[in-house]
Amino acid sequence: MKVDRRSFLGLGIGAVAGIAISPVGAKLTDDFSIWTQNWPWTPVPPDGEVSYDRTVCHLCPGACGISVRKIDGRPVKIEGLDPYPVNNGGVCLHGIAGLQYLYDPSRVKSPLKRVNNRFVPITWDEALTMVAGRLGELRSDQQPESLACITGSGQGSVPGLFKHFMAAFGSPNCLTMPDLESWLVRTAKTLHGDEYTLGFDIDNSDFILSFGAGVIDGWGSPVACIQAMGSRRQREATLIQIEPRLSNTAAGADRWIPINPGTEADLAMGMCAVLLKENLFDPVFAQGFTGGFMRFTAMVQKEYPLDKVAAVTGISASDIQKTAIAFAKAKMPVALPGKGRGEGAQNLKEFAAVHTLNCLSGNVNKQGGTFVKPMPKYLSFPDPLQDTVALKGSAAAPLAGSVQELVTRVGKSGESPVKALMVYNANPCFALNDPSGVRAAFEKIPFKVCVTSFMDETAMVSDVILPVSTFLERMEDVPSTAGLAATVVGLSKPMVKPVFNTRSPGDVVIGMARALGGDMAKSFAWDSYETCLKQVTSKIWGPLARRGHVVLSENPPVGSVETDFEFLAENPETMKPEGDLEFTLIPIDNFRVPPTVPAPSPFAIKTVSDRILKGTDMFVEINPQSAKNLKDGGFVTLTTSAGSFPVRVHFNDGIMPGVIGMVKGLGHMLDNKYVSGKGVNINALISPKIEPVSGMDAAFGIKAGISKA
Amino acid sequence: MIHDKKAHKYGMVIDLDKCTGCGTCAVSCMSENNVPFKEDESDKKDSITWMRVYRLTNNRPFPDTEVAFLPRPCQHCGGKGDHGHSPCVSVCPATATDYGYDTGIVSQIYTRCFGCRYCMAACPYHARYFNWWDPVWPEGMEKYLSPNVSPRMRGVVEKCSFCYHRYQLAREKAYANGSDEIPEADYQTACTTACPAGAIVFGDLNNPSHKVHQIVKPDPHPDPLNPDVVGKSRNPKVFRLLERLGTNPKVYYMSEREWVRKLGDHYLDGEWDKVKNVYGSASHE
Repeated sequence: MKVDRRSFLGLGIGAVAGIAISPVGAKLTDDFSIWTQNWPWTPVPPDGEVSYDRTVCHLCPGACGISVRKIDGRPVKIEGLDPYPVNNGGVCLHGIAGLQYLYDPSRVKSPLKRVNNRFVPITWDEALTMVAGRLGELRSDQQPESLACITGSGQGSVPGLFKHFMAAFGSPNCLTMPDLESWLVRTAKTLHGDEYTLGFDIDNSDFILSFGAGVIDGWGSPVACIQAMGSRRQREATLIQIEPRLSNTAAGADRWIPINPGTEADLAMGMCAVLLKENLFDPVFAQGFTGGFMRFTAMVQKEYPLDKVAAVTGISASDIQKTAIAFAKAKMPVALPGKGRGEGAQNLKEFAAVHTLNCLSGNVNKQGGTFVKPMPKYLSFPDPLQDTVALKGSAAAPLAGSVQELVTRVGKSGESPVKALMVYNANPCFALNDPSGVRAAFEKIPFKVCVTSFMDETAMVSDVILPVSTFLERMEDVPSTAGLAATVVGLSKPMVKPVFNTRSPGDVVIGMARALGGDMAKSFAWDSYETCLKQVTSKIWGPLARRGHVVLSENPPVGSVETDFEFLAENPETMKPEGDLEFTLIPIDNFRVPPTVPAPSPFAIKTVSDRILKGTDMFVEINPQSAKNLKDGGFVTLTTSAGSFPVRVHFNDGIMPGVIGMVKGLGHMLDNKYVSGKGVNINALISPKIEPVSGMDAAFGIKAGISKA
Repeated sequence: MIHDKKAHKYGMVIDLDKCTGCGTCAVSCMSENNVPFKEDESDKKDSITWMRVYRLTNNRPFPDTEVAFLPRPCQHCGGKGDHGHSPCVSVCPATATDYGYDTGIVSQIYTRCFGCRYCMAACPYHARYFNWWDPVWPEGMEKYLSPNVSPRMRGVVEKCSFCYHRYQLAREKAYANGSDEIPEADYQTACTTACPAGAIVFGDLNNPSHKVHQIVKPDPHPDPLNPDVVGKSRNPKVFRLLERLGTNPKVYYMSEREWVRKLGDHYLDGEWDKVKNVYGSASHE
């Protein structure tokens, strides 16, 4: 067929008309637009019956009651429980983000053993047999004391089971990480004797003198503290915050008094001197002052005169005098020790000196004051069966008084005195100062067992990892600690079946003991942790199970308290930041970056300011007055005697000139891209410095230099 | 359909002197509303935070520096004269965002939105966020998603809804109880109930028995200086953000501190002193 002009045009017009009339084009366009509106990959959360269940959060020592909203048994939201004696409906971001921890990418999904620096999944039986085999060797070698154990906190039945295990095994080397509670117990022990702890009734106090305690930055029981601060203005209670940096607590305080970092203990001693000189201490409470009070009085007058303290702390003499007198004259004053969250590297001298102010004020064991509380005694473990090996081992001298001391000792030794180590709910390879030194010390320990929910820095250097259920998957007693006036024991209950092949930590301890056999197994004759829990909490189990919590004490403790001044009368050395560089680097406890275990949730990291973390870059705060030729946001190298890191600077007028602030808790190295590899772990820049009188690491800050990168 | 007989005007007042900047409101919101997260959230322009907490400073040198925190949800603007012509609603070509005359809540319908982002340009408060990527939860984590709020998809805009699903639930509950009153406690947003400091108060600005009304004391008459502004607070400590634009937000802020209140708007030299003592007319009490 010949295609001429006429037929070409005809066909063309026909085709155009055909396409225009045909529904195919319209249909395709319609289909395409519908296709663009389809998102089959976007999840559609299944609907179902709504229910609420209650439990207790144990992400931090706060021990808040929480309410979990479920859809057909599937937890979808965590909220504060109301009423609950700790937090009365309040909750914090980490508690709300608790559900993210259930499905966290860095969770340990089954027991693991290390083979050629890789972790291989094994069964629970294999894991427990392997642990029992290695630990059993220590006992058959007659050296059970070479097993050490590190737990995150010392309170509750699970740490109790670890202690029970160590006693039956025959080792005195059971240590806890330095949390606020452990510092308070040490302070109470130094001044009032064994078996006491401290609580602060800040809900009712009318004058709070905080020596850097971040009352709204996560100190103590964080939600309870924020609530007490929320009602502070209505109650017309004064808050004076003494610290080198304008923290959120300082920003909300009636007065912020900047102080040279590391001189808080000197200031407290200076204030004691003022009160003693002006005769502003409580004569009634002073009747309980036993050893060394006269020597202490003479010592502080001589060693801490106002002008000297003023020069050391950088606070004017008249300010010190006025503040001390206002404290003493207040009706219900409370002095709070513990910088930031009050955990980690602090020092006993400071805690003791600050608490001495409370003792001098006489506002002790009174409403709105400081409670010197007997340690909660609701747990009754049966005596462990100790065979001859265990008896001999338990009688050996403990290797160290603190985790840091143990690590230092292992690090310095040729052959480690610790042959096996158990770590539960703690991450010393991240949380202690000089984490690479901690890792090196751990490498020297031939066998390490990590009982954890997450593949954290400590789990990574372990030989066997025994995965435990998160707080939403297990039953456990949760005693409130952390400086609360009331003592409340909560019962956490499983909100959901374990997501992975994990067990409750109590069952793990019982399993290890049973695998060891012999007297060890007999000391752990419970068939499960639940039976054990019922038995050891039998004094309160009924109401605990029924109501979900028991208030052990809420009123001021009765009876007189003795106060011993021997420790302070000796005027122990003040722990100053080490080094001779120009600046002082101090850690900042930021509410949105949680304490060490567990690592931050993706939600928590999302709320962190872009002036703390930008991409993977870490910012440090510096006062523009001391920044010289640096640029806001510019890259610099931060150097201390422990190491050197590239960071960026953030100009903050609210930090003392000469001080560099750096947020603590970032720089994790986990298998969780939402949290890991972001920023720098400040602990890597600080070398530990043991306080001789307490054996604890007291390196809160360190001298540092900064130079343009 | 359930119809309320009365028009509500839901709003909140945030006490900036109580706010500790802890960030709990922001996380409660993310958890309640299925807000996703991605590997890097430090570019705050594309970090989806219906509730974002800003840090304010008085810009004074050490040691006179002061800091405050300002949580910013969607302001649920009533628009000029409070007639419902919110900046975003006025520009949406898809009616994907609309003003609820029964509640005062500015809605967002994700499946209608085609991602032109006009609303984002129109919003003076940066309260709207665009989904540049599809949301991806780590394996298993989608199990915690709530069925009350649809997860969003790539290419749409999202923002705070004053937890509208909680309003729907409260309304259904009231209907089931045979009442047409929604009790104050029955409808509270996730940020309000979570705030540990009790800094957020939420309720019906039209209902004199609600705490938010009692604190804000909104002036029902237009501001004599600027007739576009309606509902100005008669409480001298209370202010709104960029109030003089006439967007009429339903989120009010409260502070004893003058420097904080001054940061609520941009003032020329000397301008603040002229307006700082002008609040809603007391004669309208």
